[in-house]
Amino acid sequence: MLSYVVRRVLMVIPVLFGMSLVVFFMIRAIPGNPAQVILGQKATKEAVAALTHKLGLDEPWYVQYVKYIGGLLRGDLGESIRTGAPIAKEIWPYLAATIELSLAAMLIAVIIGVNAGIISAWFQNSWFDYIAMVLALIGVSMPIFWLGLMEQWLFSIQLDWLPTAGREDVRNPIEPITHLYLIDTLLSGNTDQFWQVVQHLVLPSMALATIPMAIIARMTRSSMLEVMKSDYIRTARAKGLSMFWVVYKHSLKNAIIPVLTVIGLQTGLLLGGAILTETIFSWPGIGRYIYDAIGYRDYPVIQSGILIIATIFIFINLIVDLLYAIIDPRIKYN
Amino acid sequence: MRKKTWLTWLVMMLAVTLVLAGCGKSKQTAGGGSDKPSTQDTLVYGRGGDSVSLDPATVTDGESLKVTKNIFDTLLDYNDNDTSVKPALATEWTISKDGLTYTFKLRQGVKFHDGTEFNADAVVFNFERWANGNADKFPYYGSMFGGYKQDDSHVIKEVKALDKYTVQFVLKRPQAPFLKNLAMTPFAIASPEAVKKYGDKFGEHPVGTGPFVFKEWKRNERIVLEKNKDYWEKGYPKLNRLIFVSIPDNSARLNALLKGEIDIMEDLNPTDLKQVEGNKEFQIFKRPSMNVAYVGLTATRGPLKNKLVRQALNYAVDKKAIIDAFYAGQAEPAKNPMPPSIPGYNDAIQDYPFDLNKAKELLAKAGYPNGFEIELWAMPVPRPYMPDGQKIAEAIQANFAKIGVKAKIVTYEWATYLDKLAKGEADAFLLGWTGDNGDADNFLYALLDKDSIGSNNYTYFSNDELHKILVEAQTVSDENKRNELYKKAQEIIKEEAPWIPLVHSTPLLAGKANIQGFNPHPTGSDKFTKVEFR
Repeated sequence: MLSYVVRRVLMVIPVLFGMSLVVFFMIRAIPGNPAQVILGQKATKEAVAALTHKLGLDEPWYVQYVKYIGGLLRGDLGESIRTGAPIAKEIWPYLAATIELSLAAMLIAVIIGVNAGIISAWFQNSWFDYIAMVLALIGVSMPIFWLGLMEQWLFSIQLDWLPTAGREDVRNPIEPITHLYLIDTLLSGNTDQFWQVVQHLVLPSMALATIPMAIIARMTRSSMLEVMKSDYIRTARAKGLSMFWVVYKHSLKNAIIPVLTVIGLQTGLLLGGAILTETIFSWPGIGRYIYDAIGYRDYPVIQSGILIIATIFIFINLIVDLLYAIIDPRIKYN
Repeated sequence: MRKKTWLTWLVMMLAVTLVLAGCGKSKQTAGGGSDKPSTQDTLVYGRGGDSVSLDPATVTDGESLKVTKNIFDTLLDYNDNDTSVKPALATEWTISKDGLTYTFKLRQGVKFHDGTEFNADAVVFNFERWANGNADKFPYYGSMFGGYKQDDSHVIKEVKALDKYTVQFVLKRPQAPFLKNLAMTPFAIASPEAVKKYGDKFGEHPVGTGPFVFKEWKRNERIVLEKNKDYWEKGYPKLNRLIFVSIPDNSARLNALLKGEIDIMEDLNPTDLKQVEGNKEFQIFKRPSMNVAYVGLTATRGPLKNKLVRQALNYAVDKKAIIDAFYAGQAEPAKNPMPPSIPGYNDAIQDYPFDLNKAKELLAKAGYPNGFEIELWAMPVPRPYMPDGQKIAEAIQANFAKIGVKAKIVTYEWATYLDKLAKGEADAFLLGWTGDNGDADNFLYALLDKDSIGSNNYTYFSNDELHKILVEAQTVSDENKRNELYKKAQEIIKEEAPWIPLVHSTPLLAGKANIQGFNPHPTGSDKFTKVEFR
């Protein structure tokens, strides 16, 4: 087990190296000169040339790449060419905002998705099953942009329950400690602000949760149906065990493994959906940080941002793989 | 096991109930409703993007200048509704007969936010700083004053302090828009001590003499400014705090306004106008137009090389229908490349009327009786002058189709779009421009002179006669003679038709009904000194 973990962690290095190479060249393949974009539509040719030179963008690609990798090895993620701020210093608040949002979304998606899937499977072909699966189908194909605006319209403006945008009330801002505001407000013991943070989280995390929730529900349902056909479940039911006993004690453990894979993948994909959600809800997260950077051709930010997301994605998958072994002892890692 | 699951469910349900219960309290957002307006002293301004730097001399983006306008003062300022100049840090000035020497009397007793004194030395320090810079450090300085210290084209020969409160500018040659240039936000006077102290980081620690003092900047979220208690304009500013928040999506920003999270929003979609207009809690602010939206016709490509073809396309576009459909009527049709508010505007010019027969006739005369095929590029981002590039392109496509011109709509992501335009790769394309300083040069020379090919002259239109006039107009200091030159320039442009000028739009802002003293300025940068809540 331990050697497996070590091997997996070591494998991360070439993967990230490859990633850095791909990202490096892909973003340079997009037309558009960062200096031009940064200086704006109104800049003179001379200004653009001067800034291009200052940023080192007129150097050959391999010099730029070697410099970049050299920096990475020293733990230097580079500087944003738009703002000049060091990325390593700047990135955590954005990352923290996205982590908070994604965890909240995943929590909603897993709890509702898994349970809806179970109930659907148990009462297969019932009205609940039909409604849940139709909703899941709608959920998968729902554009987050539209959903987000509709949520704002209904829950914020019509019902006046929840705030529309941002992470906090700008008139009563939160003093960041860890930048995970749920934790920060608890640490400072300010319950009013804690609720403020929860309220700000509800709409964006619901929007973000929709697609993974739908996929998890469908996956759980089909996986449960599979398991429930097996003899040992029939035996358990024949013994007169109650639904919950059968489901949660006997079926779920076996049914959950493919679901777990989906959850792992979806958590990674969440980061993609986060860009749209973060734009609609003006959530200052890493999705928007990278999205803005793409607009400005801010190469170092795009490179380092994507690399960090890739790292997180790889580790999520590692954790999922390790969870298999815990849930299903038949799986051995050698 | 069973119990545990039920317990989890129970806790979850409880949590959800608590959240919803908590929501009931969300009314407490200060000043959210109109019930306690008089105590409101914080204004939250919602905009689409964040600033790049708060050192106004180093940036060209409007979002940065919008904020610094309130932290810094310039020697001269624009009047409330146009770009004529009025005293600010300079109280009076004299201009020598030859137009080469400008002497300014400075306001006394003004302090920078760091407590140091504003005087003639501070002014000299700032101009020296910019003049010794370069295009990448201080881009606007070079483009407005002809370059930097070592350049021959540099307009400013020297800036000297005659005494503590008198400063003199000596120019190498007359520059007609000199005073207007001085009033531009990028040339705001910064505290020399603070510039020395913070060096490259001054853009994160701006110190000026303006009505508001910089407090906090959380990137991509908000910039917080606080009242300057020692502001030289007695009794002002009215607000205690001014917060700029970025909400990228126009519709989401409107939602935030309707919910009371922000007090003013900019870039209201014209299509949302009705929603706010019918609501007593809100008011609409109209920014005087200083922009132009146009269809560029790249004069080096295919049939568009032919002047008759470009004229024909001008006859084929129904501007009125476009304004009604996509601007909710909040725009006027454009006949010149600059808006009527700019001195030198040629109102005598008759626009090409919407006349399909005339267009067909011209096409036949040019040798294209059956039309031709072109690409029409649609802007991928909304701008105040172009709320929906894709839809407007479709309308123009339909117009063109009626005279046999098949336009294929093409679009790219914004940075790519501009990059490809600068290389002259588009046939016909949608674009626009918002003026910086209310001067005709800032439209005509910047957009249509042959010198600007490769930067902002995306149509690659090159005309020697026009060039001669525009260059001459840059050095003439007699206002009337200058205006005559610009009028002549517009005649040439009308005849050569490198553009289809579409509209001059009125950018819309929406705000709480109880806001007063807010006068959106045509430049797009607003000073909040006199704004307050009733």
